[in-house]
Amino acid sequence: MTEMTVRDALNRALDEAMTADDRVLVLGEDVADPAGGVSGVTKGLSTKYGDDRVLDTPISEAAIVGAAIGAAVDGLLPVAEIMIMDFIGIALDQIVNHAAKLRFMSGGRTPCPVTVRTAVFGGLGSGATHSQSLEAWFMHVPGLKVVVPSTPADAKGLLTSAIFDPDPCVFMETVITYGARGPVPDETGYAVPLGEADVKRTGRDVTVVTYGRGVFDALTAAEQLAAEDIDVEVVDLRTLVPLDVPRVLESVARTKRAVVAHYATRFAGPGAELAATIGHELFGDLEAPVERVGARFAPIPAAAGLEAAVFPSAAAIADAVRTTVGA
Amino acid sequence: MDITGPEARERMYSVMTLIKACDERLRKGISTGEFMTVFWPPRGQEAIAAGIAVTLRPDDRLVTTYRGLHDLIAKGVPLREVLGEMLGRQAGACRGKGGTMHVTSPEAGVMLSTGIVGAGIPVAVGLALAARRQGSDRVVAVTFGDGASNTGSFHEAANLAATWQLPVVLVCQNNRYAEMTPASHTMRVERIADRAGAYAMPGQQLDGNDPVAVAEALGAAVARARAGGGPTLLECLTYRFNGHFFGDPMAYIPKQELEDAIAADPVPRFRARLLADGTLDEPRLAAIEAESERAVEEALQDVLAGPPPGLDELERDVYATNAGVPR
Repeated sequence: MTEMTVRDALNRALDEAMTADDRVLVLGEDVADPAGGVSGVTKGLSTKYGDDRVLDTPISEAAIVGAAIGAAVDGLLPVAEIMIMDFIGIALDQIVNHAAKLRFMSGGRTPCPVTVRTAVFGGLGSGATHSQSLEAWFMHVPGLKVVVPSTPADAKGLLTSAIFDPDPCVFMETVITYGARGPVPDETGYAVPLGEADVKRTGRDVTVVTYGRGVFDALTAAEQLAAEDIDVEVVDLRTLVPLDVPRVLESVARTKRAVVAHYATRFAGPGAELAATIGHELFGDLEAPVERVGARFAPIPAAAGLEAAVFPSAAAIADAVRTTVGA
Repeated sequence: MDITGPEARERMYSVMTLIKACDERLRKGISTGEFMTVFWPPRGQEAIAAGIAVTLRPDDRLVTTYRGLHDLIAKGVPLREVLGEMLGRQAGACRGKGGTMHVTSPEAGVMLSTGIVGAGIPVAVGLALAARRQGSDRVVAVTFGDGASNTGSFHEAANLAATWQLPVVLVCQNNRYAEMTPASHTMRVERIADRAGAYAMPGQQLDGNDPVAVAEALGAAVARARAGGGPTLLECLTYRFNGHFFGDPMAYIPKQELEDAIAADPVPRFRARLLADGTLDEPRLAAIEAESERAVEEALQDVLAGPPPGLDELERDVYATNAGVPR
């Protein structure tokens, strides 16, 4: 194990994939050195692999993803970067109508193993067009996989899996946690299978089901609640499609209480699907209704106090947990 | 093959008659209730496809659109695959899951047919990127209409293709209407070919109803792309005889304009030329026409006798494997 940041873990995943397989290429805005990506995730790659494998693009999101799709259809393993997730709307047709559907519409003749990396910039006061968590959009489209790592180890392992996955993956990163540190296995090509949730903390009283940035908040909340003698289990979904429903149900069947939490808008967010599934499958076993924590149904404001009030937090998760136990 | 010599001319006439026969037979079958499908007829645009047929190699790639019947036939997609797909049969190119708008046949080099105006152009850029990465000298042709030249996808992709000097030929089939609106109502430029200048790529407007002119222009563009000379925009002036979709009342088309276009039908026009210049005699021309009609009827009857896709197709090709994916 080596201690490193999420940013470095992502960089290592790209680096090792490019060494292992020359079909892998990276394209996006500012990805080549010296910039190496707006957040430094692709730093060093163009210097090491050349600018014909790490391609700076114009600010043309439809063309970035469209070109990645064409390259994927013809045998490459492209990793396209959409710098900030709010920009993905420009590329949505390519992702939703093409990447997601090409395998099915062609009767399996043109699979599309593209990876679209994109980063959520929420929490930096950037305002409504630079802060959104839009994963629910992609969960709604059959054919896409939706991957959201939290820890450095998962960042490396999940990105590796996404790059080599035979299906198109929307891979969501969180800028505010790029600097989070943690141990990462040294094994070259370390991969975390897509579709396997991970219990980040075991507990007996309440299950918090979350992913991405929410995992950090949930673990903080769990520490606070331990002082109140409430023992919280934290299930990190890691991928939203495929969704590890058995692992979620196994946990909630034990704790009989669940909170689902995410930075996406609470209304019609991923938590709605999770709450419905838990409620349906464990109806009668639950000691309390499933609580949902998510962003308020408002554009994300820039001013710090307002932004903080829109987003979930460790405190909001802790409150939801207390509600489920009647505390 | 000399792309404008006698052998190529015979091939082009054969392709044109095959497209015409297929288009006419489909419209007859739909209007008599013999079968049902949705259809965007290319009748009137045969000469452009004829040029494609004699200039692209089998391993060259083609990206086309919902109005793609002529392009598919020209690129060598078997009639049974095309008709089977249009009529929702198991024998279709995509086992009936794509439909008229989404025929894919990688063995023939057709990597994408898209129902989204303009969206094929970025994908074509990616196919060309793959060719370069793989060290292949294959080229990519992408066809689209005048309407597509107003999309962001066109402009993003044209810029990217030119910036990266990729082996792609942008073949605009200017049939004068974007769905039901004349091009003159939606753009100030009189020549779509002039849009190439914005991206420092060659642009050429030509008579798209003259297969020899198309073959010459496309041949030159393909040769330039294959030699590393980058992309070209060809604007092929043409007309569609049956409106946007089959069944279109065409109230927006001036009667005289349509009559003039049909009077200049490229198929009999080319026939007369071949007869006049001695390339083919009357018996040979008649034999080609009869053979095209026979081939279409044989494929059609074969397809109609075949089964529709089974419901198990709904479980196939959504993803490579279904583990953990929603139903």
